[in-house]
Amino acid sequence: MMTDYDLLFAILFQLAQLLLVVLLAPLLTGWVNQCQAWLQNRSGAGVLQPYRVLRKLFHKDAVIAHNASPLFRVTPYIVFGCMWLAAAIIPIIAVDLPFSQAADVIALVGVFALARVFISLAAMDIGTAFGSLGARREMLVSFLAEPALLMVLFTASMISHSTQLPRIVDTLAHHQFVLYPSLAFAALAFVIVLLAENARIPVDNPSTHLELTMIHEAMILEYSARHLALIEWASSLKLFAYISIGIALFIPHGIAEVGNWAGLPLAIALLLLKLMLAGAALAVLETVMAKMRIFRAPEFLGTAFLLAVLGLLIHFLLGA
Amino acid sequence: MPIKHPGLNLKRLTDAVPAWAGEVAPHALPEICQQVRDGGGRLVALWGCDAREQRGWFMLHVALMNESGLVCLGVPLPAHHPEYPDISHIFPAAGRMQRAAYDLLGIYAQEGHDHRKWLRHGAWHSGSFPLRKDFDATASRTAEADAYPFVQVEGQGVHEIPVGPVHAGIIEPGHFRFSIIGERVLRLEERLGYVHKGIEKRFESMSLQQGAKLAGRVSGDSTVAYAWAYAMAAESIAGVTPSSRTLWLRALLLERERVANHLGDLGYLGNDVALSFGFAQFWILKEQVLRNNAALFGHRYLMDRIVPGGVTVNLDAAGKRVIEEECAMLEREVRILRNIYDEHAGVQDRFIGTGRVEPRLAAQLGLCGMAGRASAQAWDARVQFACAPYDKLDVKMATYRNGDVAARVIVRFDELFESLRLQREIMVNLIHDKEAPALLETLPANGFGIGLVEGWRGEVMVAIHTDAEGKLARVHPHDPSWQNWPLLEHAVIDNIVPDFPLINKSFNLSYTGQDL
Repeated sequence: MMTDYDLLFAILFQLAQLLLVVLLAPLLTGWVNQCQAWLQNRSGAGVLQPYRVLRKLFHKDAVIAHNASPLFRVTPYIVFGCMWLAAAIIPIIAVDLPFSQAADVIALVGVFALARVFISLAAMDIGTAFGSLGARREMLVSFLAEPALLMVLFTASMISHSTQLPRIVDTLAHHQFVLYPSLAFAALAFVIVLLAENARIPVDNPSTHLELTMIHEAMILEYSARHLALIEWASSLKLFAYISIGIALFIPHGIAEVGNWAGLPLAIALLLLKLMLAGAALAVLETVMAKMRIFRAPEFLGTAFLLAVLGLLIHFLLGA
Repeated sequence: MPIKHPGLNLKRLTDAVPAWAGEVAPHALPEICQQVRDGGGRLVALWGCDAREQRGWFMLHVALMNESGLVCLGVPLPAHHPEYPDISHIFPAAGRMQRAAYDLLGIYAQEGHDHRKWLRHGAWHSGSFPLRKDFDATASRTAEADAYPFVQVEGQGVHEIPVGPVHAGIIEPGHFRFSIIGERVLRLEERLGYVHKGIEKRFESMSLQQGAKLAGRVSGDSTVAYAWAYAMAAESIAGVTPSSRTLWLRALLLERERVANHLGDLGYLGNDVALSFGFAQFWILKEQVLRNNAALFGHRYLMDRIVPGGVTVNLDAAGKRVIEEECAMLEREVRILRNIYDEHAGVQDRFIGTGRVEPRLAAQLGLCGMAGRASAQAWDARVQFACAPYDKLDVKMATYRNGDVAARVIVRFDELFESLRLQREIMVNLIHDKEAPALLETLPANGFGIGLVEGWRGEVMVAIHTDAEGKLARVHPHDPSWQNWPLLEHAVIDNIVPDFPLINKSFNLSYTGQDL
């Protein structure tokens, strides 16, 4: 039975996580960029660069196309809100957070989809060729990535008999260390989905200036100043959220229980370590790969779906 | 004689490259062009001069090339009716040059079917022509915009993407109009001319040595090639031959320019397939070359190092050692990087088969230079018309048949290694002495000279006409991009839109070099 006292703690934990993710997300992006710079023999702009970019953008005056509808203006806030909400649902520092109860993994995928719908609509709202081009490509990539992501999450749900993320994490974190073959396949699939959904190489290139090759960047070409800042921040949050899902599903060990103040510092330290490792791994992946032709993306994501389905089948066959 | 025709009397120019000049009547022009074309020759350049003051007419100049050398035809056109027969059906590359000649001088091709302005962009009145001697630059400003109808592609699901002239990255301005269906490119139409700066007009008021500086700034990435071609043209008029040390140094600078640009392009090609690793590595190497340039020759991109009559640089024993060490380092590093590119499945998947220009099409449309050699067009001025010192160097031409992005990468790698070999060979032959540069200050009156240099992109040509006082009457710098831009339109057909930047970069053509 949850007492008022517990509830207070839970809310405090939730607030702590909300603040932590929104403040840490740009740092993760900066870390990934810095790792890439090191891998390319460059000195890099430093891990704090994303914060500087955000500060710069928030200080600028926004330029908005004459024919922009209110949809175009509200989209950055909606996208930012969606990503922040997603990051609030995922058990990042502690398992049983009040928000987690509100939405299960299917709703989580829905939150990501909601943001995508709005940003694609906003891209087409202005009526430039690039916006529509980007929106079209984004839809191609995401309608293939989404089912694969659901399959990955279902594999984990099968093991824990729940689609609630806290239950899944709780089950996986408190088992003694066993290797689930089904989860190994799901993890591979998840990495592919993560690359595709976060506009990373080999599906998209977040640092390109070639407008004709862009996917995500083409959709936000018309944004400036605070709107662009929110979208950039939301992208950082999305990457943070995805890596956090990955950590929650595949290496949840060490996560704190709500109310366990003593365990919190260790949980946060472990989380930071995991994030650093994941970010570095992402940088390595992106450095060794070239961007594929856009029509290879369906094969690539098809592989993800296949791997996730294999994971599911293995769970049925082996029960593990 | 490279061309025999009853209406043509060719005179050999005292030039470093085999070149002839002669005059023909307008009606004989297509016949001669056809003859050159049938013999496997090409169009190099087409430009006009206002010779009304001296001779009472306009002149059209057409530079053709076949295996014996360069032939420059002068075609007198009546002042009141400056028209000439269209040659774009023989040499398709002539189309845009003819349009530019009209914009600048008001001479036009009969039956030319494309009358859209190429260079004008509404910067001066459509009835006035900047290269005419009576053009009033102060009175002719206008803001009238041009109607420029692009060719429309119709059909279900076909739509257009306009790109540029302002791009998302910091590159030169050019407008590209894609007609696409889904991601597939049905047609691309280029519109250039956004960086027209009036370079040719500016030359008219300059002295010979001032002109050398301007020539070196026609296209910054080919500054050595332009400066050398300009110097070669001037020396040809003056009938002087620079010292052998000067020529060795010029060749050294030209090869260093080639190495720097090929390194940069190979990096960019990696970047365009999102292999930033390759980008960073090649640019570290390029930066090293540029820094050595600055330390040894006083300028990173070697601007103003070649002047008519000589060079302004010298190289001592210590400098030679720096270059030898640099060559050894580049050889080692680029070999490793080439292996990485060759064995990277993702990179090769993007390179192979992308933006293919078949040799037949390349020959038909006159693709030239480095891109031409990747489509089996075996033209290299350093080989066929080897002027000193290339006649002693035995340059090995890099050619490839596939004509895709991968082929252009291969040709770049091969040329890079060959350039390193040439630099080493030049080091052996170059003697250090403190000879003072014998600068050329004046030119004979009513002279005509032509310079042809194989820059990294292709053959750069500069033609100089002097007036009755020996001043610069007309200077025409010609960039190989004139020939190669139209091929880019063909190279992207049936490719997908996101591959265009890669294909474009694999040609890496100059905007400023042809917008002038």
